[in-house]
Parts: sequence; structure tokens; C-alpha cells
Amino acid sequence: MNLLVLLKMVPDIVEELEVAPDGKSLDTSFLRTIINERDDHALEQALLLKERHGGTVTVLALDAPDIDDTLFAALAKGADRAVKITDAPEGMTTQTAARLCSQVIAGLPPADLILTGVQALDDLDGLSAAVIAQQLGFPYIGVVTAVTVNGSTATVLKEFAGGVRGEFAVTLPAVLGVQAAEKPPRYVPVAKVRAAMKSSKIETVPAPAEVAAAQIEVRQLAKPVVSSHAEMLEGSPEEIADKLVQLLAQRGLL
Amino acid sequence: MPVIADEANEITLENLWNTPEGHRVLSCMQCGMCAGTCPYGDVMEYPPRRIIGMLKAGELDAVLRSQSLLSCVTCYACMNKCPRGIRLTEVLLPLVKEQTFMQLTELPAELQKALENTDRYGNPLGESPRKRADWVKTSKVPVRILPADRKPTDVLWFVECYTAYHPRGQDNCRATARLFHALGVDFAILGHEEKCAGECARLAGETGLYEKLTDYTMKLFGKYRFRRLVTSGAHAYDTFIHQYKPRGLSQEVDHTVTFFARHLDQLKPKLKKKLSYTVTYHDPCALSRHNGLYEEPRQLLAAIPGVRLVEMEHHRENSICCGGGGGGMWLDTYYKMKGYERLSERRIKEALATGADVLAVACPYEVSRFEDALKTVGGDKKMIVRDVVELLAESLEE
Repeated sequence: MNLLVLLKMVPDIVEELEVAPDGKSLDTSFLRTIINERDDHALEQALLLKERHGGTVTVLALDAPDIDDTLFAALAKGADRAVKITDAPEGMTTQTAARLCSQVIAGLPPADLILTGVQALDDLDGLSAAVIAQQLGFPYIGVVTAVTVNGSTATVLKEFAGGVRGEFAVTLPAVLGVQAAEKPPRYVPVAKVRAAMKSSKIETVPAPAEVAAAQIEVRQLAKPVVSSHAEMLEGSPEEIADKLVQLLAQRGLL
Repeated sequence: MPVIADEANEITLENLWNTPEGHRVLSCMQCGMCAGTCPYGDVMEYPPRRIIGMLKAGELDAVLRSQSLLSCVTCYACMNKCPRGIRLTEVLLPLVKEQTFMQLTELPAELQKALENTDRYGNPLGESPRKRADWVKTSKVPVRILPADRKPTDVLWFVECYTAYHPRGQDNCRATARLFHALGVDFAILGHEEKCAGECARLAGETGLYEKLTDYTMKLFGKYRFRRLVTSGAHAYDTFIHQYKPRGLSQEVDHTVTFFARHLDQLKPKLKKKLSYTVTYHDPCALSRHNGLYEEPRQLLAAIPGVRLVEMEHHRENSICCGGGGGGMWLDTYYKMKGYERLSERRIKEALATGADVLAVACPYEVSRFEDALKTVGGDKKMIVRDVVELLAESLEE
């Protein structure tokens, strides 16, 4: 079974984020990027499926700073092939990037399952997997927390609010937006990553020339403004109740 | 006497029998001193004695599968007691532990996070590398940060992770800075350029990460001119002596305890404030059993006016590990789930039994480990935990 996993780098929020002077983007001078946590879970789920059913895992990513480290770590964990899309336009929205990736995926060997994180913390758009499924004409299920494959179908657990879970059967090939793998992403010893760097290669694919861009632009990026404060009412319960009535009356709420 | 593990890196499990250390292992008479003194010897499926037996029998795979070595807190007790002088904690156990680590399909979650953090951010706590020297803003005395002011320094102070980031570790930092200042020492720190010295990654079995960190730190040391390296980390001190020196570290190395003990004549007249404490001292494994530093911390404590020193039942070479070494710092949940007693709790009960009101320590792991243990055994109203440098600084005249 052929599994394809899409990985993306997002800002590492261990450092405080700052807005760049243009007021529309992040200041990248101290910014480091890290694999999107949900994508790391998508990779783990693919590796678990490979361990159960055999086959291959291919990881695919847009070129980005530090992406090579992430791809080599994926190879060290057990992925078979790493592909990097080069020369993609900068500042693409999630949906444009998903269309671009769909074109690249169409040129790769057919995959039975395409997995990626259900969303990423940089825009919380949550549409990558859905757009890819729509572009390739495959079914899509998001917020996935477990996958069982049986022949040409997969049984997928999907998480809903309030702890409710739904079990879905989906015909392969399909696209899954992974919320969490069945197990936490595995550790890969540094020695194995270094060995992968020596023994494996990252393949590159040029980005397709024509991609329909989404009609969204960022106009302003700003930190939340602290504008409210808490006022503690003190005194006996009766006094506090009186003050509370006064306050509510002043604000026209009584 | 400390044993220098200068050949440790050249020994592998494959070539072991062709090395002098392998010959020593063959001389094992299965007396069981190692297993008897091991703090987890009673709960490990394969304690050190059985590991040697299995190794001789060519049955090491069973040991690796058992994950027994995850319970090795690298306290040097077995090595210290071995009548044949087998360098268990320096050579054999790390080799077995490394193989155990490489074969693990799933790491205990806290250990995994600590190792990932150490690799990515240079500290196991997962704190911002840019904030490593933020504690300096709260120091009462000036602290020079080398990347900002590169002129040569007499003492390069390697602060280490828990000292730099943990709120109680930062108390240690402020105290150390005051002591340096009181002695007129020319000192500086590496600021945000400093990363973990790596010893606990090595002894957790993550030798690849250790190599990465030593490569980084050795290059960093090469960037600056300094005469002496002083560290607050007991494990950092241990690894600078036994691992970095064979890799080319040429400067003299001190732990804060040895540095201040050598300056005791100058320091003592400044220790004017009487501290009416009864103090018991916990020997940290890396300083005591592995490097023979039993007297220096006790000399420092005895120099503080008003301090009365009492010993625990197990002290000096018989001291019981706090459980934080060899990755144990991040395996408390794992041990608890296995039903093991936490070693920090076993130790704190001994400390409480002395009736002392202060437990003095000299390793940055121990402050949080023992403060937590005091709470879990219900002793936090009876005893406080202080690093030796904190007590010295408290006794300095304001």
C-alpha cells in the first residue's frame, strides 16, 4: 500500500512572535520553523499503517527553511522517499498551496491514502486536505484519530465535539486530515537522522508554473490589544450586592 | 579515585572482549555487590550482575528487550563497589543502554520530550534559547555576557540548563554571581549561545545527541578566550572532566563547589551572617562517587557561621542517588507506573530522619527533585532545600 504524507513547516512558538514592519507578516529575524504538529501525527499514522500492511511511505513538502531536517527525520523514522517542491511562489494561501500540491501529487506514483494534518497553527484554515481531495476527485475525511485498512476500503475514526467519535468506511484512494495518530509521534535518535542524511537523498520537483491563486490577501497582522481589566468588588456580601446592582444599572443592564 | 574514561568511546559491545575493559568484565565473579548496591537493583529484571552474566552467555538480546537499563540512574554505586574494578557505569552499562535506546520503539513520553527539547532548543525544559540569560536581569551584581562583550575572561561560567531556566535554579545563579563578585573574580557567561553540555542525553543512551552537543560546545569554547571553566552543573562538570578533556578541552575545570572551596581563605572572612541551621548534605553522584569530591562541599558548609552539619545514614560513597541521572530526571512517571519507589522520596526520608532543617545539595536537578519529594512525603514544613552556593551567599554580609 502506498502512503503519501504532506508535511508543512510552521512558526515555532517557543519564541514570542513579532509582527514585521510591513504590518502584514511575521518578523522572521528570530523566527524558527518547526513541523506542523498535526502533520507529525499524519506521518506517525502512515508509519503505523506501513508497519501493519507493508508498502511505502512518501513524504512531500514545499521547500522552506529547515525543511531538509524535517524530511531527513521522516526518512530516519521509516519513510521511504522524500520529495521537496522547489521554486513555489512565496506567500501562498493554504488553498493555493493545496492546489499546487495536487498538481505535483498527480505526477507521483498513485497513492492509496494521502494523509496530512487536519490543520496548522499558522492559519487554522483546515482546508489543505479537503482541497487536495477535491482537486484529485478523492473522498475526504477530516479530524481523523485512527485508521484501519481492509483491502480497498479504510475504516476511519473521526472526532467530533464533546468526545463523540464517528466511524466511517471510505473507499481508497482517499485523503485524510489527521487530528492525532493512534500513538504519539515516535522519537528518532540523532544517530539515525545523521545516518539518513548520509544514505538517503531528498528528491526535488519543480513547482508547476500555473496555479490558480486564491483571492485572499492579508491586510493587517497585529497582536491582540489588552483593553479590559477585572475589577474586584470588596466588602460584605450585602455591600458587594449593592455595588453590583449599581454597576449593572450604570451600564444600562437593569 | 576517579577513573578517566578516555577509551570509553572506542569500546563497543562487538569489540569488548578484545579490550582491557572486556578482560576485566570476564573477571567478574558474580558476587552481586553491584546488584545489591544498585538503588533499583531489587526491581530491575536484569540488574548489573545478571547483565554481565547474560553478556558472557551471549544472551544480551534478552537484556535489551527487557529495557532494564531504563532503570539505571547512572549513580556510579555499582562501579564504586565492584571488587574487580569493572567500570560498569563508565563503560559497560552505557554501551548496553545505548543499544536498549536504539531498539526502543516507544520512549517514555517525558524522556522523549526532554530529548527533543534538548536537541531543538539546547535545554530539556523546552524554553526559548534566546531567554537563557534572562535571569541576569534579576542579578544584584553585574554579569558579563560574552557574545555581547567578547574580551577574554578569567572564568568562563557554564551555567547549565536547570540553573539558567528553573525558577529555583535561578536562585543558584544569583547566589553564584554574588559569590564571584564578592571574591572579585573576573567572570562571564555564554548567554544565549550556551546549550546543554549533554551528559544526561549520553547516559540516557542518546549518544548521537550527545555528540552533536559536544561538537557544538567544543566549537563554542574555541570562540572565546578564558583561563578556567566553572560550571554549576554536577553532570556538566563530570562530562567536562571525563569526556570533553579527551576531546581537547584544555582549560582547567571546576564545579562551583570546588572553585569556592579553593577560595575558602578569601571567602571565609566575608561569611559574616550567622545562619542557625542544622544542615545535612546530599552527595550528588556525579561529584562524589565519580569524582571523589566529598570534602569540598562539607568544608564550605562548615565555614558558614552557625551551621551545624549532620550526616544521613547513607553518605559519602554510600549516598543514595536522587534518581535524576541517566535520564531519570524525566522518568519519574515511568518509574511510578512500574510501581517503583521514587529515589528522591527514599532519600528525603533519610534526610528528614536526621532532624536537620536544611538539606544542602550541589546539583541543579536536586533542588526541584527534593522540594517535590518533601511535598509528597509531607515534610515540606520540616525542611528546606538549598544549594551550597545559596547558603554561602545567604551568609555573605549585605
